[in-house]
Amino acid sequence: MLLALSATAIVILVLLWEVCWPSISERIERHKAGRARVADSDTLNGYDPGRERRAEQRARELLRSCVNEEEWGMYRDLGFLRVWGAMADGPQRGSRTNGAPYAYLLYPHKPVVAYLPQTGRLLSEYCVEFPDESRPYGSARLPDSDDVLAKWMALTADERRLITTANMHLPGRQVDPKQIKRDLWRLGQWERARLREAGRSGRVSAS
Amino acid sequence: MKPGHGEILLAAGDVDVPEEERELIEAFRRQLDEGLWAAVPTTGSGGRRQAQMVRHFDEIPRDADRVIFFPRAAGGS
Repeated sequence: MLLALSATAIVILVLLWEVCWPSISERIERHKAGRARVADSDTLNGYDPGRERRAEQRARELLRSCVNEEEWGMYRDLGFLRVWGAMADGPQRGSRTNGAPYAYLLYPHKPVVAYLPQTGRLLSEYCVEFPDESRPYGSARLPDSDDVLAKWMALTADERRLITTANMHLPGRQVDPKQIKRDLWRLGQWERARLREAGRSGRVSAS
Repeated sequence: MKPGHGEILLAAGDVDVPEEERELIEAFRRQLDEGLWAAVPTTGSGGRRQAQMVRHFDEIPRDADRVIFFPRAAGGS
């Protein structure tokens, strides 16, 4: 009788083992994999996920301290800067500005776009980068606002030098002309709203 | 401006103090030797903000409060 009970108990144990072992084994493997992933992520060269965000925050402050209040508002509200061109013959030989004022739109990490504000006609795209020459392969790029500031400094300090350094292309190669038209419309709206605001505050301060 | 990092303070000092001016000159030369461009933000006539590129320490206006170094421009694709 005892022998029969023992045999039955052993059979039940073996059957239970057979049934439960796969799920137990899977749980152990999952636990091990989870620990390995945590260990791997800890060893990613001290990667700090907030570094880029902080760098961009500093870059925005630096840009704000360099440009005037109108330009800062433009960048903050619209995401790009407009810089007026200063070369008498236009940005490029053959650009046919006929002496009309022209300007550039500066976007982060996109080509500089030259256009005629009076008509909205796009003149050309100037592809320019600010690469880290100390790390030519796989180097990180400037934060967005630093890229805009670098373009702004290079353009306002030496427009011809930047334009001749850049690779010129026809409009629409990288920046969608529809987007530019939309941005120019937004810029017009923004400037009108700003003028209205200035008029209102002028009246208030005068009264 | 450093790619991947943003703004980094390289050196600070008073140009009227000879020892500090020497340190500023050395820091300036080091950055230009590394191929960076240097610019000083200025305010032009009518309050227009602009930048002035500087290639020599002497070109920096004495009243400038900072010089910004940034990677040299190159034609992009």
